[in-house]
Amino acid sequence: MSMGRRAPLVLLALGTGACSYQNYQSTFGNAAIEARQFNTLFVIFLVVCAVMYLAVVLFLFASILRRRRAGEANVVEDGRHHLSSPLMRSALIGWSAVVVVGLIGLAIASFFADRSMAKAASGQKLSITITANQWWWDVQYNSADVSKMVRTANELHLPVGVPVRIFLRSNDVIHSFWVPSLAGKQDLIPGRDNDITIVPSKVGIYRGQCAEFCGAQHAHMALVVNVDSFPDFIKWWQHQLQPAQAPTTPEAVAGYNYVTSRQCGACHSIAGTPASGTVGPDLTHLASRRSIAAGTLPMGQGNLYGWVADPQSLKPGVHMPTIGLEPAQLHAVVAYLETLK
Amino acid sequence: MSSRFRASLLLLGGIAVTLAACDREERHSRSKPIGETLPAGMSPDTIWPGGTQPPALDPRAKLYDDNAPAIAAGQQLYSQFNCVGCHSHGGGSMGPPLMDDQWRYGGRIDQIAASIAEGRPNGMPAWRNKLTDDQIWQLAAYVRTLSGQPSKDAVSSRADAMSSTTPGSLTPREPAKSSGTATQ
Amino acid sequence: MTDVRAATGWTTSDSELERVREEDERLARERTKIARDGPGLKDAELAARLDRTWRRPPGIIGWLATVDHKEIGRRYIITALMFLALGGVLALIMRLQLAEPGNNLVGAQRYNELFTMHGSTMMFLFAVPVMEGVAVYIIPLMVGARSTTFPRLNAFSYYMYLFGGLMLWGAFVLNIAPDVGWFAYTPLSGPEFSPGKRSDVWAQMITFTEVSALAAAVVLVCTILKARAPGMTLARMPIFAWAMLVQAVMIIFAMPAIALASGMLISDRLVGTQFFNQYEHGDALLWQHLFWFFGHPEVYIIFLPATGFVSVITETFCRRPIFAHTIVVLALMSTGILAFGLWVHHMFATGLPRVGYSFYTAASMTVAIPTGLQIFCWLATMWEGRPRFEVPMLYVVGFIITFVIGGLSGVIIASVPLDLQVHDTFFIVAHFHYVLIGGAVFPLLGILTYWYPKITGRMMSDALGKIGFWMVFLGFQLAFFPMHFSGLLGMPRRVYTYPAGLGLELPNMLSTIGAFVVAAAVGIFVVNGVVSLYRGRLAPANPWGAPSLEWATPSPPPAYNFPHVPVVESRTPLWDTGPEMPVLTGLRVDEKEMLLTTVVAAVPDLREPIPEPSLWPFISSVAVGVFFISSIFSPWAVPFGAIPCTIALIAWFWPKEMKRTPEPVIS
Repeated sequence: MSMGRRAPLVLLALGTGACSYQNYQSTFGNAAIEARQFNTLFVIFLVVCAVMYLAVVLFLFASILRRRRAGEANVVEDGRHHLSSPLMRSALIGWSAVVVVGLIGLAIASFFADRSMAKAASGQKLSITITANQWWWDVQYNSADVSKMVRTANELHLPVGVPVRIFLRSNDVIHSFWVPSLAGKQDLIPGRDNDITIVPSKVGIYRGQCAEFCGAQHAHMALVVNVDSFPDFIKWWQHQLQPAQAPTTPEAVAGYNYVTSRQCGACHSIAGTPASGTVGPDLTHLASRRSIAAGTLPMGQGNLYGWVADPQSLKPGVHMPTIGLEPAQLHAVVAYLETLK
Repeated sequence: MSSRFRASLLLLGGIAVTLAACDREERHSRSKPIGETLPAGMSPDTIWPGGTQPPALDPRAKLYDDNAPAIAAGQQLYSQFNCVGCHSHGGGSMGPPLMDDQWRYGGRIDQIAASIAEGRPNGMPAWRNKLTDDQIWQLAAYVRTLSGQPSKDAVSSRADAMSSTTPGSLTPREPAKSSGTATQ
Repeated sequence: MTDVRAATGWTTSDSELERVREEDERLARERTKIARDGPGLKDAELAARLDRTWRRPPGIIGWLATVDHKEIGRRYIITALMFLALGGVLALIMRLQLAEPGNNLVGAQRYNELFTMHGSTMMFLFAVPVMEGVAVYIIPLMVGARSTTFPRLNAFSYYMYLFGGLMLWGAFVLNIAPDVGWFAYTPLSGPEFSPGKRSDVWAQMITFTEVSALAAAVVLVCTILKARAPGMTLARMPIFAWAMLVQAVMIIFAMPAIALASGMLISDRLVGTQFFNQYEHGDALLWQHLFWFFGHPEVYIIFLPATGFVSVITETFCRRPIFAHTIVVLALMSTGILAFGLWVHHMFATGLPRVGYSFYTAASMTVAIPTGLQIFCWLATMWEGRPRFEVPMLYVVGFIITFVIGGLSGVIIASVPLDLQVHDTFFIVAHFHYVLIGGAVFPLLGILTYWYPKITGRMMSDALGKIGFWMVFLGFQLAFFPMHFSGLLGMPRRVYTYPAGLGLELPNMLSTIGAFVVAAAVGIFVVNGVVSLYRGRLAPANPWGAPSLEWATPSPPPAYNFPHVPVVESRTPLWDTGPEMPVLTGLRVDEKEMLLTTVVAAVPDLREPIPEPSLWPFISSVAVGVFFISSIFSPWAVPFGAIPCTIALIAWFWPKEMKRTPEPVIS
């Protein structure tokens, strides 16, 4: 069967494909306790299922290729179609036993893996609330002291080794929070309070994506997760608590004036300025993020220009309107946004 | 395949192509480029003296007036920009009710859009520079549904929110009570 | 005549007794004039008279009014294959869009419409109807009956299906196609986030197809239980009939859940009820529970008939009955029952209590056991028998190789921690295509090749059949195996594009190429089917040497199926009877009638008159269709639309005068 001959080649190609990039949005990412346990369990299941499949295929080929002496098969032509061999009858019982035992084993393995993930995630130290909107993530770091709460969007910074509990809410439709390199997914359902606990174990940058169809731009609802060392994480938190820098260059000042007095401030908020809209993402430290518009574009000056000028052509249907800025206004606004580090 | 079957298939295809694109459901996501702002001096009047005709409806009106995605977008904007704070869900409190047949500054969609953009005395803010024209038209389209003006096929029955009014698809039609406000 | 008074103790007068005695003799004289099949009337003359009685009137009216299950079954199959082609074209467009990252062949809105239409078409307009259609065609032949029970309901179910499909595709052509996924989760499909009529069209298509499926299920259950040939006890009933019986009962229990859910959705969208509004104490999750309570049994509704197909083909081409027949039947029944206890495995990511999830993990794994037993029994039949690898048997081998991969990936995703990573990714897409295409479409292609001679009277081309099989089998593996990888590498479902640099380029490109190979293979199959109609070898009654009763009729069967009612004495009647098949004679020839037997032992029980061709099923379905479609636009359609429906149904069910001479069954 040619599929048998082609399969190793294809698997090799796919495997090298799998190894040739960063593993930053992949279930093989292994960057958190949950992801590692997924991989172990997946390998166990894969091995058991592969053995079962091999048994079926071997039985199939044996049945096809088996040599039958003339007049001795249990077929209608030989008048023996009502007979069957006792070997097959015992094989049936053996097969059922193997299947049942195998499934029980897998179910028990799954149950224990589930419990062990739950235990690893107990004792959460950090609490985050993510509210999903069409098509961006509103991220808020909770704190007992209200003045220490951090609000950002589409990006997470997590300290390595610290269990973090993320509360999941939605403002509109059902979304799903999924960072495959770290953990499995959990839905954000309007009217329900879900949560997920993750214990990141490897410093790095990972990408997550919404995994429940949520409308036109479901494909462009990603978020970036930075797993930092603990000191780096604290430094980041403290930087986030700073309000937006005041603009210095004349162009940035013009941009500041536009942003705070015109359409931008009606939807977005920038800490320390009059812009206090609650409809769109918080922009206070926009320029320090890695992506624009929930993973639609990487952060950069050109992309900022493109996004501010015409979001509808980059992410059609997004709720940010195309304003139709004049060139001078566009330069000013982007110059200001770039200062929001 | 008989020739009769082929002919009827072609006829069906032809009808389909001509009827394609049901305007009511067309989603327009791009705003008009700069320069096409609301006509200067859009009159908020509802009385046209001497038998003169009211001005022609802005050509953009039909892109929004009976357009389901525009009305849905307007419904979201109505809550997000806190129109509810003064007008409630049409019943009015500090601001006048929007679900009745009394329109001080006109109940045509372009007049409503002008009211939103320019602001009005006694507390209606001017949103011209805070919202894009596209958003203002969407809001105007939604506001008209509060008094039941557009075709019921384009209106959604309710939002996913606490229920406080008659469902949108069952709202009784209250045409503006003044002469000359054509085109509902 | 015995002494009535002595026998019963009734006090009847002599004159009364005399009157009854005369009436009895009069009826007995009249009965001798009734033409019946039997020793006095057989062969060509019998065939001519039966044909005159059972044939439908010619012309367009007769075409619309037919109640012949064979015609209705053929229409079902052809319509379903057309929808398969349409849904397949949508899939090709989707695959072209996904072949490269950042592609812009179709935009977001159009892509969302494409996958919604693809899923809805394949699940509601192809998979279930084609199984129903094949069953409606073959079951009466297989159980030795002249017709299904309730033939007009059968016709009604076809027209409802057709109108539902036309409505959905008409909406697509008119640019108001639904765009919320084939599962239409609320609140996305609710009134706030899905403006316009798109989701209403989807919900009403559900109503059409669910009414159609329920009607067909009722027809099948009654036919299988009551219309079997004398001597075909439940123990001797072919496995395909068992599979359809279980499937039909599953439809009856599962379809109402989605009928309710879609009705609630339309109600929310049209008149502002709060079923799915969490701010008014509704629940967005209620939709998921109702949908998946239907949705999970739905996939078994599609799969169980396919297992019936595999049993039929395996028996015939391995030249022996299925190994452990009783085990296979019990496996079918337990799969059907267990399938109703699994639905929460589609909701593992929604945050329901974890302890409850463990139950569904266990149940999802348990349902693999009966299917695993069935696979053993098929393989044991092959081992014991002498397999002949004609095209249908090739599809059975392809089925086993492919479906078991899908079943095992299903065992993987039955585990909660594993599912939480791969849920809503292309791993799931791979899984369900393996079980649906491998597990249902391959057997379907095999069974269409197998029963093609019976349906059309000609054989399909063997060479084209083999080419088509290898192309579809290899193309399928190329298209869908890489999807396991794209899912594990982080590609979610229902995305119109994906970023470069995640390692997704290679699996997607392979899938696209494979999809085109599969499309070409299906095209070859269709060409084979069409060309063989005109150029195929003429087929005898039993070209494959098969054991079941449908092969005892000419190819294609006449309108009346069997000239005499066959009597069955074993599970494989055509292998176990001599040259002359035992028959039961005595059914009327000049009026349409069929024999009903008892449920378990198939003892002859009743004569059932079969209705004449009637336009009322068509008219009723038009009235009901107008009612359903107009209720999308206005609630007033409900009271006003009900009026023509009521009139049509009253006309349909108006009792007909009993003009026949009454007679006992056994006389």
